[in-house]
Amino acid sequence: MTYQTQVNPSEQSQTNMRILLIEDDLQAAGFLLKGLREAGHVADHASNGDDGLEMGRDGTYDVMVVDRMLPGRNGISVIETWRAEGVRTPVLILSALGEVDDRVTGLRAGGDDYLAKPYAFSELLARVEGLARRVEPEAAATKLQVGDLELDLLARKCTRAGENILLQPREFRLLEYLMKNAGQVVTRTMLLEHVWDYHFDPQTNVIDVHISRLRGKIDKNFDTPLLHTVRGAGYSIREG
Amino acid sequence: MRANLKVLNSSTFRMSAVYLVVFALSVGGILWYVYWNTAVLLERQTDETIRTEVTSLGEQYRQGGLARLLDTVRRRSAQESSRGIYYFSNQVGRRMSGNLDGLPADALGKSGWIEFPYEVRGTDDRRTHRARAYYTRLSGGFTLLVGRDVEELRQFAQLIRNTLYYALALALGAGLGGGILMSRNFLKRIDTISDTSRSIRAGDMSERIPLRGTNDEIDRLSQNLNSMLDQIERLMAGMREVSDNVAHDLKTPLTRLRARVEAALRENSKPAFKAALTETLEEADELLRIFNALLSIARAEAGQTRDQFAPVDVTEIVNEIGELYEPLVEDAGGALEIDAVDGLQVSGDRQLLAQAIANLIDNALKYAKPPEGSDKKLQIGLSATTIQGNTVISITDNGPGIPARDLNRVTERFVRLDTSRSEPGSGLGLSLVQGVAQLHEGELSLINRNPGLTAKLILPALA
Ligand SMILES: Nc1ncnc2c1ncn2[C@@H]1O[C@H](COP(=O)(O)OP(=O)(O)OP(=O)(O)O)[C@@H](O)[C@H]1O
Ligand SMILES: [Mg+2]
Repeated sequence: MTYQTQVNPSEQSQTNMRILLIEDDLQAAGFLLKGLREAGHVADHASNGDDGLEMGRDGTYDVMVVDRMLPGRNGISVIETWRAEGVRTPVLILSALGEVDDRVTGLRAGGDDYLAKPYAFSELLARVEGLARRVEPEAAATKLQVGDLELDLLARKCTRAGENILLQPREFRLLEYLMKNAGQVVTRTMLLEHVWDYHFDPQTNVIDVHISRLRGKIDKNFDTPLLHTVRGAGYSIREG
Repeated sequence: MRANLKVLNSSTFRMSAVYLVVFALSVGGILWYVYWNTAVLLERQTDETIRTEVTSLGEQYRQGGLARLLDTVRRRSAQESSRGIYYFSNQVGRRMSGNLDGLPADALGKSGWIEFPYEVRGTDDRRTHRARAYYTRLSGGFTLLVGRDVEELRQFAQLIRNTLYYALALALGAGLGGGILMSRNFLKRIDTISDTSRSIRAGDMSERIPLRGTNDEIDRLSQNLNSMLDQIERLMAGMREVSDNVAHDLKTPLTRLRARVEAALRENSKPAFKAALTETLEEADELLRIFNALLSIARAEAGQTRDQFAPVDVTEIVNEIGELYEPLVEDAGGALEIDAVDGLQVSGDRQLLAQAIANLIDNALKYAKPPEGSDKKLQIGLSATTIQGNTVISITDNGPGIPARDLNRVTERFVRLDTSRSEPGSGLGLSLVQGVAQLHEGELSLINRNPGLTAKLILPALA
């Protein structure tokens, strides 16, 4: 079963993306599609691996979200086939299996990110939007800039409004990740994954403390805050 | 009949049958060798004597002429003890000397070996014996036959042959009987083992294989199987307890959730719905977190992921997790002191080890916090070092510790001490740490330092 929908053009914003969702649980897919469309994206749905493989082949999507376990052809095989055919579209794998080795097989098959069920919708949205951004050329960037905040990746220096800010190595990496995803929401788990390379569920919000320390260094003495808390989702660094 | 077939089908019996064939072949070989060295050799010796005698008689004829030959033959024939058989005849076939009445009918050729029955003379009754002889025609038309009575030899050979057959038959019979007996005995013991396993499968977990006390292989096997059954029984009991606990501990939040939704529906106002939904979402997240934790613990305990182990740098993990939690501890007004020896490595799962350390720091943070208003400061020590070949990760706090009677209990699922109810948690943290330790073939040891608790994660170092 396949259906496609167009979002009203007037609602389309600059960051509007085309997203393919391959998920066999129709109810879960319904909620996801609704959420993605409400966030301003165009979302198509396939309920089995073979239809999904077909739809994703021409590479017209910005991000594809693939459930690992699908009737017929499984998600891993779909991704492997795409990759073998040269389809480079970023893929987020959804899985009911949260184990580390499942994550590894998923990423090895050509997936770009991995999200274990159950997940919060805000987490999925943040990751999908993060993946779509990833394809934009940023390869040679050696300097990141958000407003008057500048991060020099070669000299390992941070300045705001020309003023030097001293950062610990981990704070530097935290800021680097946030700035690479400037304007996007990054969740706490994304930060733990990318800045610390740990995938477990910390029982307390250890990340919040690190963010507030970073905030103390880059925002405290300035008029406009750059590092924002997005309620119920995570953090975002942006101008205004 | 069925039982006999079963014996024939048993592997012991098949093995004994093979042994039997090998045994029979070697016994047969030995007996044949004995036979060859007695009967056959004696027969050959007889032939050899006859041949020598023929040669010597021929020599005498050539040297001493007919007279000398006749004389010798007569002399030898007369000797009772020699058992020699002689016959000498002229060209017309008339007997001239010897102890044989006439030439046997089948001595037709120029010369050759013959065997024939002959009547022993000189004794009271006339007995027929077998004789073996060589005959040859000499120049001048004379015929000479020299032979021996081989009756005794033949009887001896017969005796040996019979003995051999009996011995072989006896050996085969004994082997076969022994084989059947042995396999039946073995089979009976195996049957008790399968009977036991059958009744266990039927649900009687208390059944055990009876031992004979002989401490032989089967006894040892049964002993091992019994202790395996003991362990399985223990695990099953543990499992049942765990699932009972799980059911109970999940029922509480689910009941709470249900009551909340019901209340909101009764109130029937938009803000009530919103509040209820928000709380429901939180409760659902908590339930999912519990489920995930339970699954992780079960998976760690099952030990299935062990084949994906890789060398991990414990020093690095300790430093990273320490650094991750340090700001949190400081914000709680405490201090985290990290002290990891360089280059500690274990074979394991980096994520799970990190999670275990995080759980222990989380506990220290929650339960060692000094009470409001006290001037004591929370001190957490995180260290990693090598002790007696093991890599030991210790998390030490200066809190109240865990009462001695609860030390063994707190690692069980859902166990939370009454004094800790005010802190969030579900009592699964230490269970996971213990599971991770087990998965790494190590152990978790909790030690009260009075005051304070030290949790030690002891892992076998990388070989
Ligand atoms: N460092 C400590 N000092 C004193 N008591 C402790 C300490 N660590 C654990 N405990 C006691 O052991 C109990 C079990 O700990 P465990 O980590 O298994 O569960 P939890 O912390 O209550 O919940 P969770 O870890 O699942 O959030 C705690 O509830 C607490 O009573
Ligand atoms: Mg805990």
